[in-house]
Amino acid sequence: MDETAIEVTDLRKSYGSTHAVAGVDLRVPRGEIFSFLGPNGAGKSTTVEILEGFRHRDSGTVRVLGEDPGRAGRRWRARIGVVWQKETMTPRVPVRDLVRHFAGYYPSPADPDEVVERVGLAEKAGALPDVLSGGQRRRLDVALGMIGRPELLFLDEPTTGFDPEARRDFWELIRDLAGGGTTIVLTTHYLEEAEALADRVCVVAGGRVRALDTPADLGGRAAARATVRWFEDGRRQEIATDTPTRTVGEVASRFDGEVPELTVHRPTLEEIYLGLIEDDRTEVPA
Amino acid sequence: MNAPTTNPTNPARPAPERSTRLPGTFRLGLSRGIVEIRSFVREWESMIFTFSMPALILLFFAVIFDDMFDINMSAVDYYLPGLIAMGLMSVSFQTLGVAVATERDQGGLRRLRGTPLPPASYFIGKTVLVLFLAVGQVALLLGVAVLFFDAALPSGAESWVTVGWVFVLGTVACALLGLAASSLARTAQAASAVIIVPFLLLQFTSGIFVPVPALPEWVFNGAALFPLLWMAQGLRAGFFPDEMASMEVSGSWDLPLVALALGTWCVVGLVVTLATFRWKTRKDG
Repeated sequence: MDETAIEVTDLRKSYGSTHAVAGVDLRVPRGEIFSFLGPNGAGKSTTVEILEGFRHRDSGTVRVLGEDPGRAGRRWRARIGVVWQKETMTPRVPVRDLVRHFAGYYPSPADPDEVVERVGLAEKAGALPDVLSGGQRRRLDVALGMIGRPELLFLDEPTTGFDPEARRDFWELIRDLAGGGTTIVLTTHYLEEAEALADRVCVVAGGRVRALDTPADLGGRAAARATVRWFEDGRRQEIATDTPTRTVGEVASRFDGEVPELTVHRPTLEEIYLGLIEDDRTEVPA
Repeated sequence: MNAPTTNPTNPARPAPERSTRLPGTFRLGLSRGIVEIRSFVREWESMIFTFSMPALILLFFAVIFDDMFDINMSAVDYYLPGLIAMGLMSVSFQTLGVAVATERDQGGLRRLRGTPLPPASYFIGKTVLVLFLAVGQVALLLGVAVLFFDAALPSGAESWVTVGWVFVLGTVACALLGLAASSLARTAQAASAVIIVPFLLLQFTSGIFVPVPALPEWVFNGAALFPLLWMAQGLRAGFFPDEMASMEVSGSWDLPLVALALGTWCVVGLVVTLATFRWKTRKDG
């Protein structure tokens, strides 16, 4: 089996004079949780929609599960799952029946009752979609996206409207799916979500890939200077250093016991991310 | 890979012996049809305003206009064929036009594009829904007319055959017209205006409420471009006694012309639908 789920070379797409995607290169191996981060209008949704076969590209080569999404047919669609970003209406039948109905579209679906259970809707299995809360409806979307046992699952801002606990449950589900071999492409606004889930994060801004790395290493984060702060001589002290352990040791030797207000700070993913997209803020249309 | 998670129900890779046989297009279409019907029946607003309206109007007219006719025909007999035509157009043109525009605007069609459902199955599902509603519509109107007002039904096999083909051609033509019109509405809210207003105009100009000979010629010529007028005329041919043909504009039922007009609309509707049908909204690019 081909070990590459997605391969993109020099992908481009313009709307009028706006270059929504201006030369993107990517390779996503099978089984990875791959996350797209970027401001609104950065080109990440357009990129993902081209990968899903929903939008046509202007140029570049795209292979998703070995096929060109622009031409792929039913058999290919049966191998992917899509959870759209926007709220998408469903027929007005109870959750269980709806999931069962969608299962019928696929050659080898998961067990509908088990899927309803896994997304946490077992108690709402007999309810109509329109009485579900926003978060519950999102989970129904996820159920419909995974019912075909996709090899590749696209999740576009899946946890919008979730409370923190629901989000954590959802993360468990995604890890579970990835553990079962499903490749996941996750678009999100939540940096902590990308950090918690993604094997690799791709920051897109101005239609280009600004950085592509593991969350820990993104934008040189692991190597970045740390800031050591503490309280001494009646005021706050601060040192930026490449060797925070040594600095802490030196400071500690001047105190008998605890160093007051000691912190060692490395840049958060958010700080790195904001730094990466800052250059594009002005050129990206709202 | 992330921190490995243990999950007993999930082996490291998807089950090896996956079936790759895609479900059949027709079977999926029937499955869609059943879901469409179940979904429609739950919308009580559409049940009352779309589905029951012609029967309610028949009820009112039959009561209000009772004994006001000097044409040797009861009010219920006079209005029945026209209201059946209106009911058929309502469950085909209006139901499909509004529903498809709404599904397109609110992402229902988009969601289907992310699945292996063949487009043909979607349309088969809509056909099943419209047929179900059309048969129900005729049954409801005939039921009200016969049970409450002892209305006269078509006499003889030939009349029933006429009713049958007008029913099929008219419903298909209006359904395709509805699919085509759904593309004109940019949003779900706009759909009501784009679909319902023209339909209302046609009702008043196609001989449903006002006899066709009473219309000014230019109104008649305009309405004659659309299928509703011909459906109503074809159904009158089936329901009315033959001598009533003298009350038509040309003095006869003109059944070949009815068939030609409705058949043309089926072809035009199909071509326009194939050319304009979109799974996305304009803003989806």
